[in-house]
Amino acid sequence: MPLTEQVKQSILAANSLLPQDIDRVMSTLLSAPVDAADIYFQSSHFESWSLEGGIVKEGSHSIEHGAGVRVVSGDKTGFAYSDRIELPILLEAANNVKAIVRQGQQARHRIQTADSWPQLYRPLNPLSSLADQDKIDLLKRVDAETRKLDSRIEEVMVSLVAAYDNVLVANQDGSLVADVRPLVRMNVSVIMVENGRREQGSMGGGGRSDYSYFLEGDRAMDFAREAVRQAQVNLQAEEAPAGNMTVVLGPGWPGILLHEAIGHGLEGDFNRKGTSAFSGRVGERVASDLCTVVDDGTLPDRRGSLSIDDEGTPTENTVLIENGILKGYMQDKLNARLMGVRPTGNGRRESYAHLPMPRMTNTYMLPGQSDPEEIIRSVKKGLYARNFGGGQVDITSGKFVFSASEAYLIENGKITRPVKGATLIGNGPDVLTKVSMVGNDMQLDSGVGTCGKEGQSVPVGVGQPTLKIDGMTVGGTSL
Amino acid sequence: MQNQDEIQRLKHVVRQLLDEAKQQGASAAEAAFSVDNGLSVSARLGDVETIEYHCDQGIGVTVYFGQQKGSASTNDVSTDSLRETVKAACSIARYASADEYAGLPDPELLATEFPDLDLFHPWDIDAEQAIALAVECENAARGFDKAISNSEGATVNSHQGTRVFGNSLGFLQGYQSSRHSISCSVLAGSGDNMQRDYWYSVARNPALLEAAGLVGEKAAQRTVARLNARSLSTRQCPVLFAPEMASGLIGSLLGAISGSSLYRKSSFLLDSLDTQILPDFVRIHEQPLLVGGMGSASYDAEGVATRARDIVSEGILRSYILSTYSARKLGMQTTGNAGGVHNLIVETGERDFAGMLKLLDTGLLVTELMGQGVNRVTGDYSRGASGFWVENGEIQYPVQEITIAGNLKTMLRNIVAIGNDVDLRGNIRVGSILLEQMAIAGE
Repeated sequence: MPLTEQVKQSILAANSLLPQDIDRVMSTLLSAPVDAADIYFQSSHFESWSLEGGIVKEGSHSIEHGAGVRVVSGDKTGFAYSDRIELPILLEAANNVKAIVRQGQQARHRIQTADSWPQLYRPLNPLSSLADQDKIDLLKRVDAETRKLDSRIEEVMVSLVAAYDNVLVANQDGSLVADVRPLVRMNVSVIMVENGRREQGSMGGGGRSDYSYFLEGDRAMDFAREAVRQAQVNLQAEEAPAGNMTVVLGPGWPGILLHEAIGHGLEGDFNRKGTSAFSGRVGERVASDLCTVVDDGTLPDRRGSLSIDDEGTPTENTVLIENGILKGYMQDKLNARLMGVRPTGNGRRESYAHLPMPRMTNTYMLPGQSDPEEIIRSVKKGLYARNFGGGQVDITSGKFVFSASEAYLIENGKITRPVKGATLIGNGPDVLTKVSMVGNDMQLDSGVGTCGKEGQSVPVGVGQPTLKIDGMTVGGTSL
Repeated sequence: MQNQDEIQRLKHVVRQLLDEAKQQGASAAEAAFSVDNGLSVSARLGDVETIEYHCDQGIGVTVYFGQQKGSASTNDVSTDSLRETVKAACSIARYASADEYAGLPDPELLATEFPDLDLFHPWDIDAEQAIALAVECENAARGFDKAISNSEGATVNSHQGTRVFGNSLGFLQGYQSSRHSISCSVLAGSGDNMQRDYWYSVARNPALLEAAGLVGEKAAQRTVARLNARSLSTRQCPVLFAPEMASGLIGSLLGAISGSSLYRKSSFLLDSLDTQILPDFVRIHEQPLLVGGMGSASYDAEGVATRARDIVSEGILRSYILSTYSARKLGMQTTGNAGGVHNLIVETGERDFAGMLKLLDTGLLVTELMGQGVNRVTGDYSRGASGFWVENGEIQYPVQEITIAGNLKTMLRNIVAIGNDVDLRGNIRVGSILLEQMAIAGE
């Protein structure tokens, strides 16, 4: 495969490592009775540019590479890594980590490695896709045009980041698979002032592409206009209501609900250990029959997508909930083996210096039948939440939060006044059972999500149609 | 004992970088190099689960061409890589706009005294010993109460590192430090009534860590106490933030008075210097030179000398938290806080935790907060919470699935008392904080 050859060149040859060197490290790992072993090589380039106060005042650039060596025996893992991709260091790491394996463990597990899969994005280096001067000009143009949008704008901040990641996974069966992962993101935030009141708005997006993504159809200015619109709304916002009420969530990024409320709880590790509120519930009803939720790593060019995961497994479109019934979990190799199921291509890691674990890719709900306007019309009194910030979940108790950044009151079937952002809190295993209407307007988010788990960050996507939830707690200040 | 050879090795690389920057035409430069090594083991259900060997290094350089600035970093310290890294930084600087406020600190503000702050205590522990300790910790948790039903395990961490910083004004300093921890997280209950909590101990000197068994017992105690939690009806009531949560509240205050928020005008405390932002009994001060402190440092991320000072006294904001750049943007002088604060101390009142519960009388004790619902621009605050309902100074029952909301500006002004039950584990040292009133939303 040419891609694998290209990555072997850029990682192995660049560090004078030969294919037989990998075999030596692998034989050292496999000299103990382990279930699985892998070596993960990575080379990453990253840059960021930022504008504030009307000038592009800084930029940064980084290059990192290294290798992580792992053995797994039963539910035990030994792991070491180094930023030096050199044979003696990898051999020492291999010797250290196999100490996790003691006498009397089971024999090696046969793993099938896929031999082909679709490339979901082009192997581009986004850092070199635009001349530096053009990156600067783009930031300056966005700043200048944004300031013209509203005289109340006091500050504009624009950032541009790009990453170019080359990974190579060597597995115990001798397979060597590679992926080249571009990722770009742009963000615009504005601060607006009126009568001494100060509010912000921000919007961004990106994907597994290069900088040309922001120039297509003036996408960069679409972000800017959206940031300004949000700040304008927030300048009018009144105190948010407090208490339990009907909540209508807008399409797209509000799908962070699914990520927090059920996504994390359906990751294989928590369920294998029995620590999730969803443990042992496959086949049970966990949502209204209007709800079908998937985790889909196979969407071309999306921020959360991967051609192969960080264990070399091709990603899949995994059905998590089908018509309200829990269908399955997201798995990496270790947890799949221990639970007696197939890996689903959800084994991800932040970098070579971190252990892989089950993580989400793009998690979204499939569209339903309802017209979004009909959903609003059906609500006598409630909250319409159109945009959100971040969220968090306690997978054991099932309690989760996510914070609205743009919300409105619904009164007698109409969206009336904007209200300030507020945190919404609910219980993962039953929030989706209260979904009474699902819109026909499914949208994916614009490509800004980053998910944190056990200190590791990975890019993810979310999406959903407009949803009506009959009763959620809204954390406003107006009682 | 600091290993001077290791510090010299890193200094040599930093000097090489600074020379390279000069050679490539930079008018000024600064560089930092850090190396960290560590061991992390976890045990679950009585047996080892993971052993991780950590070994990280990172080197970063910032160059100036007059008022233009660029930065680059790498984890590859070969000579070729260093040259490429400087080149990347220089290339960015040539494209960046001139910024009249950019530049190295004023030379007279650079640190000149480097007392031994007693930050380096390597732990002579191998994987087997660490596993034994983690198992002991988790066993103590699992054996603590019949209600403990499952475990996320216990972890023992030992890290040590060396950091060197230098700039083209001739500053070149380094030191070693260590950080060790024991933590444990267990579950209680089952099905719809399942709870989890954790506890940890952290110290620069392993001899000062809490006993492994005690960490496990505290984790178990906290978990069991959460069983059978209920929601509350929507109401207004006084709220007591447990010390671990109070430090987050103080953290939000620090964010709002830090230079980068102020010059961007994204703070709810703009123009609040020399004004009352807290009740008059509150004093908050920074003590960067505490021996063995988790946040101790004699110089900041730019080499500027740190110094003890009041940030708030008699409730009045006396000082912002500034780096060289943010200070120049605001027409002020750096406070030695590039990279953050160093041991922030909130002076306590006379009440212990029980005394604070008595003072709360009837209201909510918050022991966990969820989500990022804090708006730094407006001060609007709305977060998910769990904790305990308290009546007549006595804990009645655990509470979950509620939110607490208010505005930080008024929340800070309405602090009723600060307890002496200080959490010493972090960079912010504060006891429990009682707020007069917040909006609670629930079932």
